[in-house]
Amino acid sequence: MQSGEEEHRGWSYLIIGLLLVAIWHLFAVLLNSIALPTPLAVFCAFISGIKDELLAHLLISAIRVGCGILLALSLAVPLGLVSYKNRADKIVAPLIYLLYPIPHIVLLPLVILLFGIGNFSKIILIAIIVFFQILVTTRDAARNLSMNYIYSLLSLGASEKDIYKHVILPASLPKILTAMRISIGTAIAVLFFVESFATTKGLGYLIMDAWSRMDYPDLYAAIVTMALLGFCLYMMLEKVEHKVCAWVYV
Amino acid sequence: MIELKGISKVYPDGTEALREVSFDMSQGRSCSIIGPSGCGKTTLLFILSGILKPSKGKAMIEGKEVVSPSKEVALILQDYGLFPWKTVYENVALGLEIRSHSVKSRISKKERKRIVLSLLQDLGLKGFENHYPKQLSGGMQQRIGFARALALNPKILLMDEPLSSLDALTRETLQNFLLALWKNNRMTMLLVTHNIEEAVFLGEKIIVLSSRPGSVVKIIENHKVGDDNYRNTEDFLEKCRAVRRSIEGGVT
Repeated sequence: MQSGEEEHRGWSYLIIGLLLVAIWHLFAVLLNSIALPTPLAVFCAFISGIKDELLAHLLISAIRVGCGILLALSLAVPLGLVSYKNRADKIVAPLIYLLYPIPHIVLLPLVILLFGIGNFSKIILIAIIVFFQILVTTRDAARNLSMNYIYSLLSLGASEKDIYKHVILPASLPKILTAMRISIGTAIAVLFFVESFATTKGLGYLIMDAWSRMDYPDLYAAIVTMALLGFCLYMMLEKVEHKVCAWVYV
Repeated sequence: MIELKGISKVYPDGTEALREVSFDMSQGRSCSIIGPSGCGKTTLLFILSGILKPSKGKAMIEGKEVVSPSKEVALILQDYGLFPWKTVYENVALGLEIRSHSVKSRISKKERKRIVLSLLQDLGLKGFENHYPKQLSGGMQQRIGFARALALNPKILLMDEPLSSLDALTRETLQNFLLALWKNNRMTMLLVTHNIEEAVFLGEKIIVLSSRPGSVVKIIENHKVGDDNYRNTEDFLEKCRAVRRSIEGGVT
């Protein structure tokens, strides 16, 4: 039954995908502008891009965005989880409320000053922005936990470590994964921003480069590749979620 | 032997939950604590299980003051006792797993598995090892809670309204189950409930608490406990009426 369900979902993805392409085609024909090529023209550019260097650019972009998200995750999750304790939250809460509302993208000059213009500063900027999204959600999840779960575990003689392992982390995981899903969209937007200058690699660079050459099929091929990158990350996350949060889906 | 000596509890926010609660019960006996909601019944259990410290007074088990969770004691909570992210097997094995961390009470993984599986069999949960709690009925979920506590082979079983979210029939079945459990294992059983019939059916001693701050209004002896048929007798109904009168008298 489950595989039938999955097959069903596969079909609906295909149908909606084709529908979107059809709408795109319609607009392209109606607008009749070089700024919006037809899907077919973009597909041709995409294929010739693959023969060229598109995949190499995709790879470097994927590494930047992946490292940024993982870096943010590895810092934000522990910090969010410890704030289930009031003592830790006294530090984390002001940190969030004071720093989260700042548009972190404006830190770009500082990041470049500190870390140069290489890959590292790109990863750092993605990580800073995603960090706060994951931190806010993880903290909320950890703090909204019923104390009864913790009492129940304490009565079994649990240590502090047991509480994180058996309650705080597993209970917060679904929310953390939701935060990550939202973060993927943000991370890719930031990716475009950081790749749009001072680099000759990555999908963001390809987009800016094609734009300056007014090569619109190439431009859209790069955009589509970026969208595919996001889609793949999304799908990977969904697989992870079904594995580590199986209890949510039963 | 459980002894409570003048236990008072005031929470940091100023809420006074308990005032000068004292009673004792000898080993192997059963006891019900009943009172209006918010009378500090749960606080009392948390103090006995070593999770909370009283503001005044002492809780003693076997002559020793309770300062941290004891190996002899198992606590069963009404809600949130089970972890929805763990399977039935993992939930039942959890207490054993945690207690195995300390070297003194080390139990091999194989032995743990044997204990858990045989308990699941006894409680009619065989075949559900890999299910998650929310896939099971309320009655089954509560039996998982019992299984987890029993896996620890406790001398003292503390229960906080363990049956209150169940329908009447399941509730009666599990009351009989608890009674049989108590008779067979001769463990000391302390049950917090707001259900009068349940208190009378299961407690040899019924402690009536007043509304907040909880203090002992009356201790009612109830020696006829021990038979499934007790709940159909005139004595039972008379006891229930006596308990009701004490509760109403204690509500201010």
